[in-house]
Amino acid sequence: MDCTAESVAGAMRTVAAVVVEHREELNRLDREIGDGDHGENLARGLRALESKLDEVPSSPGGVLRLAATTLISTVGGAAGPLYGTAFLRAATSVGDVASVDGTAVAAALRAALGGGGARGKAALGDKTMVDALTPAVAAAESVAVTGGGVAEVLSAAADAAELGADSTVPMVARKGRASYLGERSAGHLDPGARSTALLLRTLAGRAR
Amino acid sequence: MKKIINDPATVVVDALRGMALAHADLLEVRYDPAVVLRADAPVSRKVAVISGGGSGHEPLHGGFVGRGMLDAACPGAVFTSPTPDQVAAAVAHTDGGAGALLIVKNYTGDVLNFETAAELAAAEGVDVRTVVIDDDVAVKDSLYTAGRRGVGGTVLLEKIVGAAAERGVDLDGCEALARRVVGQVRSMGLALTACTVPHAGEPSFTLADDEMELGIGIHGEPGRRRVAVGSADDMVRALLDPILEDLPLAEGDRVLLFTNSMGGTPLIELYLAHGIAERLLVERGVVVERRLVGPYITSLEMQGMSLTLLKLDDEMIELWDAPVHTAALRWGV
Repeated sequence: MDCTAESVAGAMRTVAAVVVEHREELNRLDREIGDGDHGENLARGLRALESKLDEVPSSPGGVLRLAATTLISTVGGAAGPLYGTAFLRAATSVGDVASVDGTAVAAALRAALGGGGARGKAALGDKTMVDALTPAVAAAESVAVTGGGVAEVLSAAADAAELGADSTVPMVARKGRASYLGERSAGHLDPGARSTALLLRTLAGRAR
Repeated sequence: MKKIINDPATVVVDALRGMALAHADLLEVRYDPAVVLRADAPVSRKVAVISGGGSGHEPLHGGFVGRGMLDAACPGAVFTSPTPDQVAAAVAHTDGGAGALLIVKNYTGDVLNFETAAELAAAEGVDVRTVVIDDDVAVKDSLYTAGRRGVGGTVLLEKIVGAAAERGVDLDGCEALARRVVGQVRSMGLALTACTVPHAGEPSFTLADDEMELGIGIHGEPGRRRVAVGSADDMVRALLDPILEDLPLAEGDRVLLFTNSMGGTPLIELYLAHGIAERLLVERGVVVERRLVGPYITSLEMQGMSLTLLKLDDEMIELWDAPVHTAALRWGV
């Protein structure tokens, strides 16, 4: 099933609820190797988005654009511009069509990775959200080329993102605040990779 | 957690309201987005000097808004960088036609948000320059880290560049001066206790009674090494030595020595530490030409301190001495 503006908006409302629910977990992960506010900041941004979604934009791209501008202006920290830029690029990739299919979702994820990755200048293995999103994009694309729908594409992306997030545990951080810890950053799950996996899992759950 | 707050979610805005009342003669606070502006902004034909960052470091940055220092400060949530719309609003409110200089502490979030804001402001036709300060010698500056953090040197940078802008130095001149200061200032800090971020509700890390965290940042993030607490002499040496390794000073060089409290360390200990630092510098033949001692860039209620050394030249001394009229620094007025 393709997704419309209404279904993307509904999915983002669910994302907001899920992140608020997992706020403490994300804060805790961030306290271990950062400054302990990742859950708080994302929750604040997504709540702001939720209230703006009372009026749903006319296209899926419009919803993504609203998510981008809201996150950029309310989240702060590194996560605001990174997630904001990722959503903005995804919105541009989707364009103004009325509904998107599996191929378009995979392309949007690829664009999101390009946006967030470029802004944060992070590469695979730096212990960031890129470590969750990169395998997610690859998985999404491989399902999309075989004709997978939105639900299958997002489900594959979520599976890969969770594995990717788990892979950050032994890594030594090279970007962001965790990098100040050097070797001491190893042995901890990266909060940004975790929130990326959580977001994709939630979207996949909604698409089913 | 015991704190004098009503609600962790509104602590920054609630504090700004009090600050606005306490210093109505010096500054004006706008909300949505939150910015602290000097009362007479915009000042025509003067470069606007703007900074900002997470809250919890008071008096940085809002306490330095006023004549001779900052035109605007953008307070983020506690320990969280401000958002681009705050910075863009600060530029719009303070642009007097001579452009704006953004002073950014080198943290991933701050740099990303200010970069995004600079793009927004440039699109509005304002000449905006960004100077990133990274004076913390505790962090190895390599491809494998986010680079050195901006800490105590920020206060000195804001004072000196603010004075230059007040004198009518143009944007090119302010930017060049700022880069010169960044090149000559180094800091290092230590923590005896952690601090508690209001919305987190518990300390950001734990330290045993006989431990200290060496190379602490200002956001409650751990430093690089945990060591046993020694005497004040040992502590001051542990801060000063890495600074002097990184900022080679010849005999007769003049410096500004800034001894800073992380918030919870009282002045009695701070003066004690300052005395030791000044003695050690004199022993090396370094001339301590100017001083600043007090809690100026803090980390909530954290106990601990930092030392900052700025290698001075005549121009910097003159600008340091120039009048400043802000909530936290005030002389010559």
